[in-house]
Parts: sequence; structure tokens; C-alpha cells
Amino acid sequence: MKMFDFAQPATLDEAIGAWEPGAAWLGGGTNLVDLMKTGAVQPAKLIDISRLPGLAGIDELDDGATRIGALVRNADLAGDPAFAGRYPMVAEALLSGASGQLRNAATVAGNLMQYPRDAYFPGPEPDPMADASSLSVLGAGGEPVTVHPSDFCVPLVALDAVVEILGPDGPREIALADLYQPGEPRTTLIPGELVTALRLPAAAAEFRANCRYLKVRDRTSFAFAMASAAASLRMDGPHIAEARLSLGAVAPKPWRVAEAEALLKGQAPGADLFARAADAAMAGAQPVGGNGWKIELARRTAARALAMAAAGTPADMPALPASPFGNQTGDLAHV
Amino acid sequence: MSEPMSEPMSDVLDRSIRFGSNAGQPLTRRDGIAKVTGTATFAADNLPDGLLHAVYLPATIARGRVTKLDVDAARAHPGVVAVYTPENRPPLQGDPDDKPTMFSFRIEVLQDDTVRYAGQPIALVLGETLEAATEGARLLNPDYDMQTPRTGLDDGDPFDVEPGGFGRPAGTTHGDIDAGHAAAAKAIDVTYRTASQYHNAMETHAIVAQWDGDQLLLDVPTQALNMTCAAYAYFFGIPVENVTVRSPYLGGGFGSKAIPVGPSVLAILAARASGRPVKLMLTRQQMFGPVAHRGATRQRLRLGIGDDAALTVLDHDSLSETSTFDDFHEPAANASQGLYAAGAIRSSHRGVRLDIGTPGPMRAPGEASGAAALECAMDEMAEAAGMDPLEFRLKNYAETEPGTGKPYSSKALRDCYLQGAERFGWAGRPMAPRQMQDEDGLLTGWGMGTALFPAPMFAAEARATLRADGSALVETSAADMGQGSWTSLAQIAADSLGLSMDQLEFHAGHSSLPDGGVAGGSGHTATAGGALHAAGRDTIRQLGELAAGDPASPLYGAGNASLVAQHGRLFVEGDPGRGESFTDILSRAGVPELIGSGKAARPPEAGQRHAMYSHGAVFAEVKVDPELCQMRVSRLVGAFAAGRIINPKLAESQLMGGMIWGIGFALHEEAKHDPRTGRILNADFAGYHVPVNADVCGLEVVTVHEDDPFVNPLGIKGVGEIGIVGTVGAIGNAIRHATGHRIRRFPIRIEDLLTA
Repeated sequence: MKMFDFAQPATLDEAIGAWEPGAAWLGGGTNLVDLMKTGAVQPAKLIDISRLPGLAGIDELDDGATRIGALVRNADLAGDPAFAGRYPMVAEALLSGASGQLRNAATVAGNLMQYPRDAYFPGPEPDPMADASSLSVLGAGGEPVTVHPSDFCVPLVALDAVVEILGPDGPREIALADLYQPGEPRTTLIPGELVTALRLPAAAAEFRANCRYLKVRDRTSFAFAMASAAASLRMDGPHIAEARLSLGAVAPKPWRVAEAEALLKGQAPGADLFARAADAAMAGAQPVGGNGWKIELARRTAARALAMAAAGTPADMPALPASPFGNQTGDLAHV
Repeated sequence: MSEPMSEPMSDVLDRSIRFGSNAGQPLTRRDGIAKVTGTATFAADNLPDGLLHAVYLPATIARGRVTKLDVDAARAHPGVVAVYTPENRPPLQGDPDDKPTMFSFRIEVLQDDTVRYAGQPIALVLGETLEAATEGARLLNPDYDMQTPRTGLDDGDPFDVEPGGFGRPAGTTHGDIDAGHAAAAKAIDVTYRTASQYHNAMETHAIVAQWDGDQLLLDVPTQALNMTCAAYAYFFGIPVENVTVRSPYLGGGFGSKAIPVGPSVLAILAARASGRPVKLMLTRQQMFGPVAHRGATRQRLRLGIGDDAALTVLDHDSLSETSTFDDFHEPAANASQGLYAAGAIRSSHRGVRLDIGTPGPMRAPGEASGAAALECAMDEMAEAAGMDPLEFRLKNYAETEPGTGKPYSSKALRDCYLQGAERFGWAGRPMAPRQMQDEDGLLTGWGMGTALFPAPMFAAEARATLRADGSALVETSAADMGQGSWTSLAQIAADSLGLSMDQLEFHAGHSSLPDGGVAGGSGHTATAGGALHAAGRDTIRQLGELAAGDPASPLYGAGNASLVAQHGRLFVEGDPGRGESFTDILSRAGVPELIGSGKAARPPEAGQRHAMYSHGAVFAEVKVDPELCQMRVSRLVGAFAAGRIINPKLAESQLMGGMIWGIGFALHEEAKHDPRTGRILNADFAGYHVPVNADVCGLEVVTVHEDDPFVNPLGIKGVGEIGIVGTVGAIGNAIRHATGHRIRRFPIRIEDLLTA
């Protein structure tokens, strides 16, 4: 492992002051330390923010929004009854990611910042002839670009999550959807900026009765998605007053599909409608290498997630969250 | 004796162990607490004073030459002690291309700058810390002259495998193949592919090497301690008795730890050159390269049946990958020998040379991948015949070994079929595919596969010392690679001495002990157990002689042949009152201890007289989402007949482990190569998937009673590998039954069903 400096600031301001080019923030370490061990990333300095005060709260704000500190652990957020009650789809996505051990250590902000992981990382450039299963079919113009691997971020972009940021020039905030950009750097963060919190607006809780996250993968747990979808419906009697739909594992960033949302609005839920919405969601998709199947899989995943959302959010977290097999009896809950 | 080996050994001691009080009990593994509390010392836990850490740099291309290494940068890094490249690698006394043991392959130990596969060691860095050595290796920053790698089965010209020893399977033909094809009223001609798979024991390969003059002490996990001594003694030009191997615990072996490997030789070399102890432990990523793997295969099966659904021909050809510099061919087609009563049977093996590490033995080499294809082909043939898969297999049941006509030493396969089917609930299975859905709308399918695995024995020795206090010490170098042999072998030893487990001290896992042979080939319990049994028997024979010759003993004058040792007493069979305790016999004789020795091996004529196999039948239920195509094995029932079961709990655990690996083979495991560089893209557990707990549900093992008087005196076959055999095909057949899609490659993936 390359030698590096290690700083452990006591306050947020000290942390911002400690940054220098080549430094990296250390939160839960589940992604960064792993990549340092393989030599994939080699920061000159680690700034340990894991002990900073005031970044580990889950707070309901006066305007009904929920503010999640950057250092809240994924498992703690998913297990928070108030949070899971307001945003069950987010909890389901969190619990479908990684493993119990990783969720206990991984932080919310680290999840937003995780590196894309395909077989090629950290290089060479992906070769679609070898393995295109983790290459984007949306938002990459047919180029071999690795998909964003997060589950958590998929429902977040659908729910208009906002990222709070602190940097040398002070605080600012942006929509999560605007955090990611093509190419390098992968995010719109300015070097030296730190994600301090994540905010879900009050309106995001209005979908709680009809929202699901669905993740398709080639084993039942502890695997990245091959396709995933977060579907939310706000019902007005028999009609969909408002819909949110976003897709995971199909694009370089968590992929929200406004066209599908517009198509669903005001309609009565049904298989035909959901199929058309899923078609609309994938309308611009382009295969790369041999991964045309991924387009069809994402389409079916979106349609199914919408149908599951229409059926209503389950009262309890399924034994296998976000899994097509989650409703089977006899499964061990792996929460 | 006219038939010395074909009859069951019938002296009293054998009877005592066959019905002993320890064997047959589901004892909990004796090393369990040590392992879960971290007190068990694995090889890499040894940290002798002055230890240096070795890290090798693996090639990131598969074919070409190393043109530059920044040795100066590596040497300049703080904590780096030495850097070895082909230019300064100290000499070896034995040629690394030689094969000093029967389970040896050519190894790469910095002979030259050629790169023959990705993951090959191209330099070694010694450091005061692991971190320093790791960074030193990274700083070497190699340049290559790269050639186009060949990593797929179509990238080379197939050649006929030349039979000859381990990894060069002979092709076999029984009967008239052409006539068999011609006689077929119905026939299939199908091709199945299996993926390249890498052993990934929880404990990666590790070694701590210490020299003292020309004495070499190795802490290294090995399935074959004495063979390991012989191999490394050869490479370093020292007498085999100068090498001591300690291997008390293994975190899994699966065949990979049965062979000498290049990284271990480099570590020993570095220890000799530096004059300090050296530790080298492979990273998970490094497991994908120099320590063998299961080679990919493409298997063509041509089956024909007559009007009566009897197989007229079973014609199995396997194309397998091997390296450019050595031969290990997955003997997949051999899976079609010995199982079904076809009129004519042919197994043939062809190879392709690729820029990969040499494959090697990996749990059920040949049987696992061969049965995957064969059992699916059998279902395809059954479907063509319009028969239930089980009925079709029973129709073609072999009462004697096909081709040779030899009787089986025992074969309870019919019971396996029937008991497995009963437990699974096979009856009522709809014949046509895609007929069953569960309450959640998931497609449900049932499939089955037959399991067959040879019941070999190797050679082993053991020693049993009965002490004056009535306790005993038994010793053999046998390895426990995690399967629990430290417990089951002790059960055999205790019964052979007529003692309880708590009176028995069992030493194993050290090369100074009598040679315990190889923990491999599913023959370990039979072989090492046989040696321990013989040693105990020899000790008790001596004890009997003492007593029978002592006028003060109630056993005075009793013939040794009628004596029984049980519960620390020796008595006359049928007259338990006439006897006395071991301690009484020894104390009166003034003998502090009695030392017996024993050996075990199967006489060749025994194997010529009988065909010896373990058998099984595996039944699988899968659930498949009809739209998303995600698959899950929801139930798996395996019924196995494997001779006498010494420890039912451990045997069941072994069989379950094999079946779980079958899930991995069927649905998950596949190493993928980058076509540009040839390196393995998914060389870690994020990319190379094995089943997780959530993939394993409804697992059941049935052990079918089987008495085998011929296989060895203890009636033991083996359970180490057969669990994986049959399971893969059962899952493939269940997916076909659930979905109507016949996927002819493993692993079967979501995209296969999506595009089917």
C-alpha cells in the first residue's frame, strides 16, 4: 500500500482546512479502503471524517423534509422506524445493497460517492466484447461506460433528494441528480468539497403508500444489480396523481425517467399502462456489445416495479428486500 | 487363503470397529471451538522472529514478455529488503519443469521474462512489512511486449489428449460405437459448455518458510504433507527428511492445496537467500492464476436409444482447456463411464492450449463437469423417449459396470433414486415443461441428476501407542482440510483400540508423523482411517499376546483371534466376563506402553475384481420469475450411498457443501478473460460469484445405508466430492422443466433465459 498522510480533524471546519490536492475523505471506508488495498486508488492523504460531530443525525425539519447526516450508516438509516415509515422504498433499496456487515459500516455520503465497479475498474477501458453486463444502455450514447452501482441513489433521485455540501468557499446544495456528470471527474463536487448531508423533501413522503424498489441480479443477495427500478405512485382515488420512476444499473448515473412519469400521471394503474411507461423509460436505450438483453430486462423490471407499487407498499419489509423472491415464505430475513 | 482380499476381513477387531461405539456417531467436530474462537493456528498465523513478508507481482497480460521492471524504484522504497526478478533469482537445485511427485505440474518461479498467463509471478519483493512489500511490488510498474492472448476454447487447435497419468485422461471405448449409433431408433446430438472456475478456499494459499542450515521448516496448508516435503526437498536439493511441514489446519483445499505451487517455492527461495523467515500469502485476486483451476469444457454428447428406450450408444467427447506449457485436462467424458448400461460407450478427450495457468484437480475433477453435461443429455434423451427422467434412468440402470462387466463392490443407487424421489416428492411431476407455478406466480420446475464418484484408496501409515494408564496416542500426518477428518479419523482410531474419544490423543498434520497420505480423491477417510485402524489393531494384538501369555490373566491361554477390545477392556468374544482392563494387563507385565503400526492401501487385485463407486441421486426444484428470469434453487434433495458413514454429521456437511457448490457451478461460477490482455476480469469475490446463504434453501441430504465388504476392511467409500456431481445437471434440468428452455451452458444466466 502506498504511504499516505493521515489526519483526524476534530471539527468540520478543521476537516475542510485539512484538505489538499490528492487527499481523500475517509468515512465508512467500505469502498475507499478496499480500493486502496488493491492499489486502484492511491490518495496521498486520508482525512478521517468518521468521528466528526453533528453528521450522524436523522432529523425531521420544520418544513417536513428529512435531513440525513453524511455519516449515518446505511443500516441505521434503513432501520430507523420513522425514516422507513416515511420512505419505505429508500429503506428497501438500502437493504438490498451489499451485505449486513457492509451496511453496518458504510455511510450515506459514501454511498453517493462510490466508484463505479465493473470488471474493468480501475482500467483498462471496458471492452464490451468481454463483458457488457455492467455497461450503460442509457445516457452513454452507445459508448462503453460503466453503470452507476448504487441501489440507494435510485429511489433518492426519484424523490428529488438534495445534497448539502461544504467547501472552502462555504456551504451550498444541489439536487442529487446534478451531482453526477459524464467522464472525469465523475461528480460536480469541487475538489475540497465534502458532502455533509442529504435531504428528502416533504413531498417525498407522500408516496409512502405505493412505492417499491426492485432489484434483479444473478444471485439472491450481495450482488450488484443487473437492472433495478424505483417506482412511486401518489394515488388520487383510482387514478395516479403523480408518479416517480427511476432506474438503476442502466446508466452512468441513477436514471430518472420523466417521460414515463408524465405518461403515468392521471391514468388508472394497469399492466398496459405500466408496459407503456416502461417502454417510454427505455425508448432511448442503445445496447453496447452484446447487452441488448439489458434493455429488455430493465423494461420488464420497470413495469414490474410499477405494478408492485400499485399493489401497495407492504406493511413489513420483505424477507428479501427488493427481490423477486422476497414474498416467499421460509426465507431468512437478512436485515 | 485363496481369496485373500475379496472377502471382508473378519477378525474380531474388524468386527469391533464395524460396530464400535464411536464410529457412526454424529460427533461435533473437535476443532470447531478452536476455529470459531480464533485459537486454531493456520499457516499464516505463524510469525517467527525476524519474519520478512514476500509479495509477488502478478502479470497483468497473458502472453508476451516483460520488457521493463522499475527495480530501482522498488528497492528504494522504505522497508523493501530485496527484489527478485529473472535476472537475479537465486538458483534452484531441482528443475521447475520437473514433476517430483505424482500430483505435480510445471511451476513458474521467475525462470525468464516470458509471460505464459495472467497472474503468473513476474517478480518477488521482500519487505520488513506486508505494506512495504506490497508497495514495492506495485512500484515495479512493468512494461510488456504483449502478444494477442488465447483464452477461449476456439482460440487454439484441438488435439487428442495423450493419455498418461494425472490430468491426461485416457479415452475409453466399450462396444461397437458405429453399431450403437446405427441401432438407435431415436438419437440426440447436443453440445454443452462449462465455464472456467477457480478454487477459492476461504484460506488462500499461504506459507511461512524458515531455514536452519539445510533444515527447512514450512508452515503451509497442504492436503498431502509428505508429498509436499518431497516436492520442496527436490527443488532445493536437500534430503526429504530435512523438510518439516506443519499443517494442522486448512481453511479448505478442494484440490488446489494438493499440488506444489510456484509462489511457495519463491517464498522458500527468498527465505534461503535472505537468511530470514519469509511469509507469503496470496491475496484473493492472486488465487486466479498460479494455483490451478477447473478448465472450461465443451462437451458433445450423442446418445441413442432403441424402441425399448434402452441406450444403444453413449458417446461423450470433451474439449478442455489446458496451458501452453503443461497438461491437465478436465476428464469430463469419463463421467460417462461406469454409470449407464449403454450398448456402446465412448469417452474421448481433446485439448486446446491457451494462455492460462495450468488447470488442476478441483472438487470432483471430471465428474462434476462431465455429469453436468451427461445428466442434461440424459434428460433430453428421456424427453425424446417420452419418459419420466427417473424412469428413463432406471430403464438404463447398470447392474454391472458397463463395458467391463465387473460387479460393483456395492451399489445402492436404486435406493438413492427411490429414497430421494420419495423425500423430494417426485411423483406427480408433470412430464411437459412449464406446467407449474407457485402462489407468487413463479415458474417452478423439478429436475434430477445421478451422481457417481470412484471410491479410491491411496497409501497411508499410522502409529498407535497404548499407554500404561489406559489412554492412547494415535498418530498420522493426515491433513484435516476443514472436512472434519481430525474428528472422524479419531473415531476410527478409538474404535480400533476399544477406547472412548476422551481417552484418545490424536496427532495429525505434521510431516514427522507416519505418512497419512493425501486428503484428496474422496479417499482420505478410507485410506488414513484404514491405516489408523490397522495400527490400533496391531497394538491390541500385542496386548492380547501379553495377556494370553500371562498365567495371572483371565485371558491366559485365550486365542488372540477371539479377543475383543471395548471400553478399555480386553475380553473373550461372547464371554465379556472373561477379561480385564488394558491397564491391568500392562501394569502386571510392567510394560509402559505398546506401540503398534499400520498401513492401508488397496491391493490391485481388489480393484480388478470389483468396480467401486459411491452413488447418489439429486433432485432439484427451481423457481424462475417468468418475466425477470431471475432463478433460485428452492429445494435440493440429495440421496447418497457411500459405504459406511463414520460421522453422519460431518458426512452430511460434506455432501451439503458439494451440493451448494453444484448451485455455484450451475448458476454462478465463471472466470471471464479480457480479450485484449487475457487477464481475468472478475478475479475477486465482487465479480466471481459463489452462492450466498440466500441462494441456498431447502437443502436436504439423505444417506442411504450401504454395506460394502469389498471396498476396504472398514467398508468406507467417500463423501468429499460426490455432492457436486449430479447437482449441476439436476438444476439445469429443473430450469428446463420450469421454463421450457434448454440452456446448454453453465453457468445459466438471466440473459440466457431472457434471450432464449
